[in-house]
Amino acid sequence: MLRIARKEVRDALRNRWFVLYAAAFAGLALMFARLALGDAATAGLAGFGRTAASLVNLVLLVVPLMGLTLGAGSLAGERERGTLALLLAQPVTRREVLGGKFAGLALALGSALALGFGLAGAAVAIGGGAVDAGAYVRVVGFAMLLALAMLAVGVLISSAARRMGTATGVALFVWLTLVFVGDLGLMGTALTLRLDVSTLLALAVLNPLETFKIAAVGAITGTLDALGPAGVYATRTFGDGLVGLLAAVLVAWTVLPLIGSASIFEKRGIQ
Amino acid sequence: MIRVHDLTVRFDASPVVDGVSFDIPRGRSLALWGENGAGKTTVIRALLGLVRFEGEVRIAGYDVRRHGKAARAAVGSVPQQLAFYDDMTALGLLRYLAGLRKVPPGQAASLLERVALADQAGKPVGALSGGMKQRLALAAALLGDPPVLLLDEPTASLDTAARADFVCLLADLRASGKTLLVTSHRLAEVVALADEAIVLEGGLVRLRCPARGLEAALFPHTTLNVVVAAGEEAAAVAVLGRAGFAVHPNGRGIGVRVVPGRRAAPVEALLRAGVAVEDITLEDGQWTHP
Repeated sequence: MLRIARKEVRDALRNRWFVLYAAAFAGLALMFARLALGDAATAGLAGFGRTAASLVNLVLLVVPLMGLTLGAGSLAGERERGTLALLLAQPVTRREVLGGKFAGLALALGSALALGFGLAGAAVAIGGGAVDAGAYVRVVGFAMLLALAMLAVGVLISSAARRMGTATGVALFVWLTLVFVGDLGLMGTALTLRLDVSTLLALAVLNPLETFKIAAVGAITGTLDALGPAGVYATRTFGDGLVGLLAAVLVAWTVLPLIGSASIFEKRGIQ
Repeated sequence: MIRVHDLTVRFDASPVVDGVSFDIPRGRSLALWGENGAGKTTVIRALLGLVRFEGEVRIAGYDVRRHGKAARAAVGSVPQQLAFYDDMTALGLLRYLAGLRKVPPGQAASLLERVALADQAGKPVGALSGGMKQRLALAAALLGDPPVLLLDEPTASLDTAARADFVCLLADLRASGKTLLVTSHRLAEVVALADEAIVLEGGLVRLRCPARGLEAALFPHTTLNVVVAAGEEAAAVAVLGRAGFAVHPNGRGIGVRVVPGRRAAPVEALLRAGVAVEDITLEDGQWTHP
């Protein structure tokens, strides 16, 4: 499994799209940090907190795209090229192949995000905005959990797809759905059906991006009042346990797709 | 060493391999012969656990379905369609596969030497020729010195000269005591590499026979076309008729029905009778369903 993981890291670093996304993320994160420092100088706001807030929207767009597309290529690409048969003809189990691929891709994705967040954090620290570092770390932690969840969904898509193009197409559709349709759809549903606040919160956390957003807002501002009645309800109902609950939701978004992937991969194999 | 009992593989509910059974004792070799689509590759894939199947498949005593990892540790395979990680070097690929097989990485270099690819070790796999890739596949199959080799149309992508060399390499492996299951639609390869042969047609076993007897079983009659000097056709027909051959002049010469193993007999009879033979051609026989 370790060898498969190492090869996945190596392949990810040679993947032009992945390197492009990682570079774009790092560049934008650094740019946001610089802008946040500028604001801090003029408005007296804390550097880390401002940077983290700026990064939330970047994470919501870029991290799911990176995770989904990277995961989507994992099995479907090898299936299409025929190398999956070479791999599965070796004395390895399908779970080891799946586990090795996920671990390797997770390491590559985590490293790319760590680079972006690290550069932004270093820029803020050097610029003198050493306040709210804890909030920044919590945002980074949730961004990592979101990345793992999206990677797992990508792997799930890949386990069912015969062709790389199909897997990537479905991954992009899922990304669009989660990023745009999910948000607007939730608002529309809430207005149309006059959902009560608990149902609204439950529906919101079904979308891992919303889960991340709630966790990030809570980490940066210390309160969820900015999210309206649902935020107030969440704080009152779950209190300090909310952070753990949101983390658990993202972990579930990782574990359940992986279980599904294992089941599908076991049945489909090279087909 | 290999036990296959009532193997059935279905794609979209229709069987592509239907109730195939065979045993291959340790050190013996079996060829699966058949046209394209007969189910040969699917049998190999089932043995490797790559496709879902019904029935029982055991390799080195391990049930492929339940203990696939252990079964595959005893198997090296050369697939029909070679697919490698093209950006890896030949040596890098073998080292990676050696790692998966828990084999010392040093074996990779010695196997490249064994298949005469040592000078290509640093080249990306994608830059190797078809013949080199075939030898690389064999080197990969030999990692860990597995007792069983599954060879799926191992010479399909090779030219005539390379094919002969590769068959010699495989014949050496057979002689070294490996248990071989080889699929092929070339009779010469079946004879060179196998003790026994199974004829597959439409996923069904049509015939099992010694490999050397496969040609006679499949093609009991072929036609030898004999061309003799102008004016000697009548004499040739008479000589062949007296020797017991069924003959029919066909405008291009004299067609003579022959059986495998006795194809030269008409020529011998004509020469003995003093009839000069100018040319001969052997027409492909029609596969007679056993």
